[in-house]
Amino acid sequence: MEALSRASGLPGRPGQDAVAAKGWLAAHKWLLLRRVSQLGILGLFLIGPWFGIWIIKGNLSSSLTLEVLPLTDPFVLLQMLAAGFAPAATALLGALIVAAFYLLVGGRVFCSWVCPVNMITDAAAWARRRCGIKSGHAPDVRTRYWLLLGVFIAAAVTGAQAWEWINPVSLAHRGLLFGMGAGLWALLALFLFDFLVASRGWCGHLCPMGAFYRLLGQTALLRVAAPARAACDDCMDCFAVCPEPQVIRPALKKAGQESPIIYSADCTTCGRCVDVCGKQVFRLTHRFDQRSSS
Amino acid sequence: MAMGVGFYANQARALHAQALRPPGALAEEQFLAACTRCGLCVRDCPYDTLKLARPGDPVPTGTPYFTARAIPCEMCEDIPCIRNCPSGALDPKLSDISDARMGLAALVDHETCLNFLGLRCDVCYRVCPAIDKAITLDSIHNTRSDRHAMLLPTVHSEHCTGCGICEKACVLPEAAIKVLPPALAQGKLGEHYRKGWEERKKHGGSLIGEQVEFPVRGLEGRAYGDTRVGDVPMPPPADELPSEGPGGASGLNSRWRP
Repeated sequence: MEALSRASGLPGRPGQDAVAAKGWLAAHKWLLLRRVSQLGILGLFLIGPWFGIWIIKGNLSSSLTLEVLPLTDPFVLLQMLAAGFAPAATALLGALIVAAFYLLVGGRVFCSWVCPVNMITDAAAWARRRCGIKSGHAPDVRTRYWLLLGVFIAAAVTGAQAWEWINPVSLAHRGLLFGMGAGLWALLALFLFDFLVASRGWCGHLCPMGAFYRLLGQTALLRVAAPARAACDDCMDCFAVCPEPQVIRPALKKAGQESPIIYSADCTTCGRCVDVCGKQVFRLTHRFDQRSSS
Repeated sequence: MAMGVGFYANQARALHAQALRPPGALAEEQFLAACTRCGLCVRDCPYDTLKLARPGDPVPTGTPYFTARAIPCEMCEDIPCIRNCPSGALDPKLSDISDARMGLAALVDHETCLNFLGLRCDVCYRVCPAIDKAITLDSIHNTRSDRHAMLLPTVHSEHCTGCGICEKACVLPEAAIKVLPPALAQGKLGEHYRKGWEERKKHGGSLIGEQVEFPVRGLEGRAYGDTRVGDVPMPPPADELPSEGPGGASGLNSRWRP
């Protein structure tokens, strides 16, 4: 997608039109909200160990909120089952709550609004744009599903949650809360991979956890739509910032569908396309909102 | 890649010998299938004993462990570390902390243990939460000085929880008593082994009946089984018998003279 030239804005700086049209704040609204969400969730975990204010204990793999609400990552729970362990009721309940939320709201909402690795890979994508790096080779986007399969096979074969040894997502979150150790090098390697080797390589091509949440979000309600697609001036800014650029075309260009809704579960609902569009083509809405100017 | 990770995980399975799991932890194989690596046990430990393994630590990443020599388990009666475990990797059925088996203490170094040197350190014995049960002081004769007793700390696996308080308290720069996984710390008697003295007690007498006692040439007149040589007063030649009678040579003689 980087090969597509941009019709407007400075090279590597998509969103200039939007800043001019809407002002800086409105052109960064969803990005800022997303950072507030990511850092806020991290902060809720961190004020425990830092200041002794225990609202949430644990980490993203499993946690306890206000000593009553148990939450467990369904991806971890499935690995547990694959490894041949029948978990206690608390973990089951916690995983059901989390799975129900993402099933309803949007699977990959986890990726863009919660996951701590997103900030690393966003930074890598930003640096890549600013440095004008177009080279590199991204693995096939289906690799993540093979990896997801591999995660469960590895769990079944070893009888242990093998992926959790190195899962960068839990590694990053747990590291921030309980001590990073050598995990810092793994995250640095991840950044460099996304920065130098593969555009959106980790989140968009490899991460099996993202693949899992994507499968969970097939019918999710919260969607990005392109109701004002008639106003599109083909500046390509949305393609430049989108972590999964292949999802935009069907809705924006009516490629194979009439509806303005981005149905692909690959979409992380980050809302960055809404931000950078100077023509206000996109908006965040629900799945059944079929309003469209064309 | 994921399979590679799996094999790596398999290799890394054996837990480091000095890393102990929290009380109630399932057997290591099951534990690695069950633990969500959430750290709720770590947060609920009031003594900061438990840690989550960081990448690079000699313990599977993200799983809870403690090092006895750093901070041992204080054996809280309400076992708070288990209470919030979501998966059951720490078994909620453990209700009495003295039933925990985190490891097994072993007095691994007889060369440096002060009590083995004949001194009275006794620290491991005194700090043991199950004093006189998990660790006893067993008295034996000190053959070096020949006039003292040695009180040897002896661990009893039946009562030791593996809390590590003894290892933490050992006064040596490197502990002579260490808590190890039971498989490393324990020997095993052959299945066929029977301890005669125990069987005899159970049976209420010898299982093979009274034994025939043959005289031993040259030791005639001694109590049966007394084969000591040297200063032991030998019975006079047979033709000068009997003035003292058999059994006159019984009793220990350390040969120590003030």
